Amino acid sequence: MTVSILAAATTEVNTGDTAWMLAATALVLLMTPALGLFYAGLVRSKNTLNTFMMCIGAIAIATVMWALVGYSLAFDGEGSIVGGLGHAFLHDVGFEPRAGTTIPHLVFFAFQATFCIITTALVSGAVVERMRFGPFLVFAALWSVLVYAVMAHWAFGGGWLQAQGTLDFAGGVPVEMGSGFSALAAALVVGARKDYGRQALLPHNAVYVLVGAGLLWFGWFGFNGGSGFSTGNASVLAFTNTLLTPACTLAVWFALDAIRGRQVTAIGAATAIIVGCVGITPAGGFISPGWAMLLGALVALPSYAVIVWRTRTRVDETLDVLAAHGIAGFTGILFIGFFAQLSWNGAADGLLYGDAGQLGSQALAALAAPAYAFGMTYVLLRVLGAAMPLRGTERDEAVGMDLVHHGEEAYATGEGAILITPESGVEEELAVAQPV
Amino acid sequence: MKLVIGIVRPDKANDVLEALYRAEVRGFSLSRVQGHGGELERVETYRGTTVKMGLSEKVRFEIAVSDAFVQPAIDALCEGGQTGEVGDGKIFVIPLERVIRIRTGETDHTAVTPVGS
Repeated sequence: MTVSILAAATTEVNTGDTAWMLAATALVLLMTPALGLFYAGLVRSKNTLNTFMMCIGAIAIATVMWALVGYSLAFDGEGSIVGGLGHAFLHDVGFEPRAGTTIPHLVFFAFQATFCIITTALVSGAVVERMRFGPFLVFAALWSVLVYAVMAHWAFGGGWLQAQGTLDFAGGVPVEMGSGFSALAAALVVGARKDYGRQALLPHNAVYVLVGAGLLWFGWFGFNGGSGFSTGNASVLAFTNTLLTPACTLAVWFALDAIRGRQVTAIGAATAIIVGCVGITPAGGFISPGWAMLLGALVALPSYAVIVWRTRTRVDETLDVLAAHGIAGFTGILFIGFFAQLSWNGAADGLLYGDAGQLGSQALAALAAPAYAFGMTYVLLRVLGAAMPLRGTERDEAVGMDLVHHGEEAYATGEGAILITPESGVEEELAVAQPV
Repeated sequence: MKLVIGIVRPDKANDVLEALYRAEVRGFSLSRVQGHGGELERVETYRGTTVKMGLSEKVRFEIAVSDAFVQPAIDALCEGGQTGEVGDGKIFVIPLERVIRIRTGETDHTAVTPVGS
């Protein structure tokens, strides 16, 4: 992010920048329902609604926690590990420009909130089809503060990573590595689904997966394009790179699929879109369009390898958040260390342009972020698991989370359903409910 | 020759498939059906409309077997389909008059013996 700790001079609100950031905020919020659709398509039909609802739940819980304390811990003050409580309960967040930007503080807050939401929702991919809904909401509340807000402070809010020069344009540290390595920890603590490794657990609707990935890509233009907080060069560069990188990832993924299975798969393509978008997230405003295309090609390789490897293990990290987000974010963060270019970003050069130190700063982030995300999430879920059961019975799992936790079905037919309300208790024995 | 019809819970269908495979019962048809067998009703709510689901989703296995395989097929259905709660389903065994394999015109015992066994 280019909200530099150096640029503290008071500025005026710029209408053009503000207009774009209002739109970008809405674009990023759309990414969370899009993720819900993407995830819902990847699970079995009996868990469609629960999987989607974990993302919707993250919108509720993460937004509330962000307004109460998360935003303040991430963006108030320049403490090295965590921010202050000066902006808790939105104190002093108003119409005046946020320091270092030309947009109202309120818009800056809302934009950052959407990042906290999507990141919290991402982690659910590791525990779908078995984690109980209530404990997930409690986990989301604690995780969004203890993991996301802290890591956002490190990378964006003037924390130690930003202070020692790590470049992270739109969230390789808190969003991508934060969610990916937390997902691995969550999968280990919650444990595998009862049928994992015994039965083929197939995605139930590949069209949802493709539509979800498409909407995520659309939203990602706000995610990366908005992370310059302006309509300036960095935002323009990040916006265009958000087109170039995933397109290259898609092409390479097609080739990898074709080599491995002799067929190009639709779910592989949807995954490639995510991997490409994640790869360019940290690097968006720092590398040239040409290098962004190379990044798109390169980022496919480690993520593809991890997906192939993970399914052969007992680790039921169900929707491959580690491979798609953790590993791709890791690749993107390191890529900046080699290919950052002062003439494009006005901030720093990478190894290839004469500054080996930048690679060191990037490597430090690539080590610290996974370690913190994994460790903190592991401890958090262990403690939570001691207080309440994280998952339901085998019977619940067999029936499906939709019926057990929500009392609804994604594909209810209404056949044989007897209407109970709104006749206020009078049972119309033979009335048949119309499907809504 | 008998036709063994087993109606089981959809979430136990995979267990039944496994049990049938182990019992070496290889030929069968499977369909999704809806029915009611006295189990407790499930209540669902959609936008304030509460409904009692009178019919439950079930999976129906139809297995035509020679006499030696009747008991193994029944055992597999019981073993795979049982949870111990109301709603586990039923098994019906019906005598079979004739069986014809369409591809070859083979009849009766030869027709219910899977190819290659």
